[in-house]
Amino acid sequence: MFKDFFSALMGGKLIGAKCKDCEEITCPPKSTCNRCGSRNLEIVELSGKGKVVSYTATYVAPLGYDGEVPYVVAIVELDEGAWIVGRLDVDAEKADKDDLIGKRVEVYGKEFPTEQFYPDKQRRVVPMFRLVE
Amino acid sequence: MERDVAVLGVGQTKFGSHPDKTLPELFAEAFFEAFDSSNIELRDIEAIYFGNFVGEITDGAANLGGFIADEIGLRGIPAYRFEGACASSSVAFRDAYLAVKHGIYDCVLVGGAEKLYSAGTPIGTRALATALDSAYEVNSGLTFPGVFALIARLYAKTYDIPLEKLREKIAHVSVKNHKYGAMNPKAQFYNKFGDLKVEDVLNSRMICSPLTLFDCCPMTDGASAVIIATADFAKDRIDEPIYVRGAGQASAGSLFRQKWDVVKALPRKRSAEMAYREARMTPKDIDVAFVHDCFTIAEVIATEAMGFFEYGKGADAVEEGLTWADGEIPVNPDGGLIGKGHPVGATGTAQIYSAVKLLRGELDFVKIDAETAITDTLGGDFGTLVNVILSVHRR
Ligand SMILES: [Zn+2]
Repeated sequence: MFKDFFSALMGGKLIGAKCKDCEEITCPPKSTCNRCGSRNLEIVELSGKGKVVSYTATYVAPLGYDGEVPYVVAIVELDEGAWIVGRLDVDAEKADKDDLIGKRVEVYGKEFPTEQFYPDKQRRVVPMFRLVE
Repeated sequence: MERDVAVLGVGQTKFGSHPDKTLPELFAEAFFEAFDSSNIELRDIEAIYFGNFVGEITDGAANLGGFIADEIGLRGIPAYRFEGACASSSVAFRDAYLAVKHGIYDCVLVGGAEKLYSAGTPIGTRALATALDSAYEVNSGLTFPGVFALIARLYAKTYDIPLEKLREKIAHVSVKNHKYGAMNPKAQFYNKFGDLKVEDVLNSRMICSPLTLFDCCPMTDGASAVIIATADFAKDRIDEPIYVRGAGQASAGSLFRQKWDVVKALPRKRSAEMAYREARMTPKDIDVAFVHDCFTIAEVIATEAMGFFEYGKGADAVEEGLTWADGEIPVNPDGGLIGKGHPVGATGTAQIYSAVKLLRGELDFVKIDAETAITDTLGGDFGTLVNVILSVHRR
């Protein structure tokens, strides 16, 4: 399940689960629809486009991520309605200076070294958000 | 048959740094204070409900129920360990309360212990992040300050408050809670930061923008314990039982799956409403609140979701002094998590400790006349929510 999502993302595809009962898109997919709880789902490819709804420049990181600071974590609302968490492809300084909320982005996957507590022991994939006009 | 439930003795260690003690040793200290003020025999205690969040990571310690029981001389009785992130001991408290209420036990011990200060910031930050979505939030390096930083920006957008203005408003939460924390002898910051200024909060080190170091609660070692029993059992043994009038609990999934609901903390609204309904009370009946101020913005949204202020008005309320000790609804007059400290698994029953002490007129560093109090503990990014209503009145 979660590995399929990240494998697809590394292959250039953002996937979600479309509910055949209520049309809701759940992304990343989970075992039931995020809106109605239905199990009647099909995996679909999403546009990979959306807009920033919130973000934070992170200066103090957990063990295993300390070498990556500062980085900008963001929530993006996809055009299909789901919200996903990833990293904004801008430096912390710019993120703190400008108001990036509402900016259009495109999603792509980037691989980072895994760490001892991450559920995937081979790799850690992060959804990255690239600002687009 | 349902029985009324009351709190007997309560105990809390000094919050801060305890590298020289194991989790059971630390808990024993809180337990002895609670036991010694309960006027009961050890054999009266029928079960232990113990909260701990990340003993595996900080101390290499799990299966803590039995070790706790053995440490305090109660070997043999059922001993449970509860985990609901920062709400661990509040979840334990609610289950203990339900067991006594519904006749499973007459007298039980509840509490919690945690050692995050001793773990150090990098391990502590990683340990806390285990309360987030492990696959889809932590992979980006999201942390707990990060979660509330995201929520602060969502709050500013939702209520159309310029971010810099919001930072100033919520800084008052830190100023207020450090003021009371500095007066609380059991607080991590006792005698420290009592005259913190809004500018100090704004200008301290950025942790996750827009939240600075003083917007955050600290990493803390500490333990707390409370003994609860049927009201009839309690009134035969102590002069001032404090009655448990209602308890609510609710849950939610990952932050991003809750979408805009996070700004309104809907699981908390649900949990608080469950507690109010059971107590047959409304927010107007509450005299004092001990809420989950893990970050300044967290206290603001808590006071809204619990019904003390309209949505979007919580930040104004603290700035106007409405949540100070002399305000219309005092919030965290013991220093809260920000001023008192946040030993995660011990935090819920430490809130109960302060509430009970205050209702008995024993919280002598702050003057508030109160008959009814509510506690509010949040685990994760709204994954686990618990509210408890306590009163000097049985009904
Ligand atoms: Zn559905």
